[in-house]
Amino acid sequence: MNDLHAFLISPAEATQQHGPHDRIVMSSRVRLARNIRGLAFPGWAKKNERVKVLETVMPAVSSMPEMSDSFSEAMDNLAPADKQILVERHLISREHAAKSVGSGIVLNREESFCVMINEEDHLRMQALRPGFQLREAWQAIDRFDSELEKKIDFAFDNDLGYLTACPTNLGTGIRVSAMLHLPGCVLDEQINPIIQSVNKLGLAVRGLYGEGTEALGNVFQVSNQMTLGESETVIVERLEKVLAQIIEHEQNARERLLEKKAKVVLDHIGRAYGVLANAHRISSKETMNQLSLMRLGVDMGLFPNTQRTLVDELFLVTQPAHLQRQVSDKLTAEERDLIRADMVRERLKNVARPVTKPNGGKAN
Amino acid sequence: MQCCVCKEKPATVHFTQIVGEKMQKLDMCEECAKSKGINDPSFAMADLMLGLGASQEIDAAAAGVQLKCPRCGFSQTDFKKSGRLGCPECYRTFSEGLSGLLKTMHKGTRHIGKAPEALRKTRDNVDRLKTLQTKLDKAIAAEDFELCAKLRDEIKVLNSGATSKVTR
Repeated sequence: MNDLHAFLISPAEATQQHGPHDRIVMSSRVRLARNIRGLAFPGWAKKNERVKVLETVMPAVSSMPEMSDSFSEAMDNLAPADKQILVERHLISREHAAKSVGSGIVLNREESFCVMINEEDHLRMQALRPGFQLREAWQAIDRFDSELEKKIDFAFDNDLGYLTACPTNLGTGIRVSAMLHLPGCVLDEQINPIIQSVNKLGLAVRGLYGEGTEALGNVFQVSNQMTLGESETVIVERLEKVLAQIIEHEQNARERLLEKKAKVVLDHIGRAYGVLANAHRISSKETMNQLSLMRLGVDMGLFPNTQRTLVDELFLVTQPAHLQRQVSDKLTAEERDLIRADMVRERLKNVARPVTKPNGGKAN
Repeated sequence: MQCCVCKEKPATVHFTQIVGEKMQKLDMCEECAKSKGINDPSFAMADLMLGLGASQEIDAAAAGVQLKCPRCGFSQTDFKKSGRLGCPECYRTFSEGLSGLLKTMHKGTRHIGKAPEALRKTRDNVDRLKTLQTKLDKAIAAEDFELCAKLRDEIKVLNSGATSKVTR
């Protein structure tokens, strides 16, 4: 058995990682899909073929300089709860968590590179960065890919580019995405028009855990959809431009809310604090939504002596698998709601209730 | 009768196609018929109705065979079920049916961007050859023989150079 938990950065440390604009852009990610020439894609390959791919790809990936200190494991050696922890950390997809024999993961110590082996494609390699750092993430994964292609013969066609299991990823195989916290746009009821105009630009807006998930805690993922017919840099630059605009919208929305609907905002944030600091049973969903409002309160200077990292850490450790991890007994959802409430109350014990005069939200 | 595409205007174009033992009918308004290319002789109703490569599939079904990837045995029916392909080679096997799908899905149908280092040179050469060839055609049309000679020499050099075969 592996020791995933000894390897993973603690939730407290994880929330200490900062990047530009991380008030609004929580993290940046660039993912490349790659496959091996001449071999069936994971969804069609037989079990022994998948195992063979895993056995050749995993050592090749682990031997990369970026992976000098890394965690590599076959998915069938990970407990369901551990896979769920990786999903909650946004290191693997929910689809990958459902995989077993013949699939694997290689993750580096800083959690800035993570490769999924035999997800939908033979390789899904991702570079992750805190804050708004799409370009840096692209450059990092580009270098990684260029080194790895010396060891693995990737399926590539002169006209169609990198060949992927799903035609939607064909060509560059790139998915550039950012996770955004947009409570201002949601409260100001601007989020739907924003989503619509972002969609019109050929970009997708998804919820917290990607495809087909809800925007819990006002967290949205924006990413490119088209991968063929445009270069990686063009795609990255478009995302950068769109994100810069969304950041501006969110900042304006927050300012406008304080100016025009101060009471509404103060009420939302005050109630969120009230619930979190006093609840005795609370679901994961409600926790996330209330923490989102508290995070907004911190950004607006309503909790002068509280760091955003406290809220961010709670956001992570109150999710089901992280919560389960902290107690020895197997919990039911009902029991988790009680323990979650205890934990949140305890953490907020020394957080004073929000002040009633926002101080402009200058802190970053 | 209403147009079956826009469901607004009255249908004035009636189209019947018989494939094998199946008969399909479409009733459309003038505009929709035009936009769907009904006047185009290569129009395949099945593609319009059923999406990717359906007409090939029906043809094949009528003939008692189904298009299958020679490398991995993946069939068009499998694609319909999963929306994923079987192996890299499938892109060649099903290229005809895929090309329309790719057009609706992506910005273009030709890859622009990164290529594996080993293929990059070949790729550049192929691109350069194409541009030179178009230039040459233009020069011939313009009867600019001096330029023709120059371009022909450049093409010769490129062709004789280490252009390893473009592989899939």
